[in-house]
Amino acid sequence: MSESSRPKAPAFVKVVLISVILFLYIPLLLMVTKAFRLEGEASGWTLQWFQDLFQDQDLLQSLKTSLVVGIQSSFFATILGTTAAIALHHGKFRGRQTLQFLSVTSLVLPEIVFALALLIWFYIFKIPLGLSTVIISHITFSTAYVILTLSGRLSIMDHSFEEAGADLGASNLQVLFKITLPLLLPSIFSAFLLSFLISFDDFVITFFVNGVGTDTLPIKLYTSMKMGLTPKLNALATLMWASTLTLICALFRTQDFWKTIKR
Amino acid sequence: MKFYRSLAVPALIWYVLFILGPLILILVTSFLQRGPYGGILWNFQFDNYLKLFKFENLMIIGRSLQLALTTSLVATFLGLICAWGIVCSSGAWRSMFLGLITLPFLTNSIIRIYSIKLFVGTSGPVPIILNYLNLNYDPTDWSTSSALVMYGMISSYLPFAVLPIYGAFEKIDLSLIEAAQDLGAKSWNILWKVIFPVLKPACAGAFLLVFIPTLGEYLIPDLLGGAQTTLIGNFLTEQFLKSRNWPMGSAVAIGLMVSLFGCYFIYKKARFKKAVL
Repeated sequence: MSESSRPKAPAFVKVVLISVILFLYIPLLLMVTKAFRLEGEASGWTLQWFQDLFQDQDLLQSLKTSLVVGIQSSFFATILGTTAAIALHHGKFRGRQTLQFLSVTSLVLPEIVFALALLIWFYIFKIPLGLSTVIISHITFSTAYVILTLSGRLSIMDHSFEEAGADLGASNLQVLFKITLPLLLPSIFSAFLLSFLISFDDFVITFFVNGVGTDTLPIKLYTSMKMGLTPKLNALATLMWASTLTLICALFRTQDFWKTIKR
Repeated sequence: MKFYRSLAVPALIWYVLFILGPLILILVTSFLQRGPYGGILWNFQFDNYLKLFKFENLMIIGRSLQLALTTSLVATFLGLICAWGIVCSSGAWRSMFLGLITLPFLTNSIIRIYSIKLFVGTSGPVPIILNYLNLNYDPTDWSTSSALVMYGMISSYLPFAVLPIYGAFEKIDLSLIEAAQDLGAKSWNILWKVIFPVLKPACAGAFLLVFIPTLGEYLIPDLLGGAQTTLIGNFLTEQFLKSRNWPMGSAVAIGLMVSLFGCYFIYKKARFKKAVL
């Protein structure tokens, strides 16, 4: 549709659109302001709640857990997803259908079923719940997002370099490591960021498969929230939101992300 | 070719181990019996599925269905109007609106729910405004109602409704709307008689995309709903973590999956029929 020919939206449509956006954002903005406010007698602006956060050893421990889980799981998910996407791009092989089916299944499966299925699985094979089970689960749900991101890139990429390389006698491994992977590198990076983001934000699956002492930040927020909302928690939630937003901005800067979404 | 096939092996093995395996296991478990101290006894039976049809369980399923249906309907309706607003705004605004709608979906759901709790909680602005307007409002009363759960779910899943409808909206001929406006149709009539008929398939897709996650939602009812609104997701969790009745929980999980796939196939079939005609 060309720009000039767009008709004007009626007033009530605009009102609904704006109020929907307001209802999405007012709670978040309220949370951010409250994180910087002193209430009661001495009302004013403060950074005290943030200082409290960084003195809380428990919280720092769960931040560390979140980072360890996020980085390790995205690392492995990126490897698994990249190899799978390249294989899927190169035509037919036995197991292709299964691979596609299972990756789509992991995307559409209700989170709670996903989590409980893994929980029973770990129980049957007597794998003790802890950091390793959390990382395994995160790898499992991130891989499909990596496959999606890279398949999008592979389908619009110019493959003549690879063909030229193969014609000039490069082995398959050489083509892969010297041509395909370097060309894919920006997308691999954004896939890594995306899976880190998803891992960093995950609650439901982590909640079920984690053991004692391996709380990630969302779990920590959840358990403290059950006790009641405090200014310190406002600061924690604000900080988590800010880090997510930073990651998203980093993702948007890598253009491939938009292309994947638009597909 | 053989080389590329071997590249698929790690992911394939991983998926078989941690998707296919657990899913088959949950299917098998749903036919087994609960052990005396939790765990599983290897006796095959159908009791778990029969128990699903007990009255209190049917109530939970019914309540979840009702909530998921209303949420998806409202979200689809809002999505349709938002998409209209976005399509009809100019370039820069359009990307800004799209960004604003998508952003919450990419941020942590716990944080979003936390902020909603703050928003409607005792010292939040909603009670203050409502009290100012002389409306009777008790935050503790709200916490047991499903309106709050719906608000949480809609604000979490609205992008799923807006984006597909917006995508389809961009492809239709907007001069249809312009013609209707020129001929003096009321906005409401344009929505139902011009826009909706053309976008029916997209609306059905949007409805489904919201319905699937809301039916099994665990976190939002748990945090916003209070104890009186047990939904399928919370029921499932209870079976697994509190009563440690894994076979029963597995049966609920299988039931949930079967009904979701059922919805999907009905949708696919409806679309296919439409394409043939």
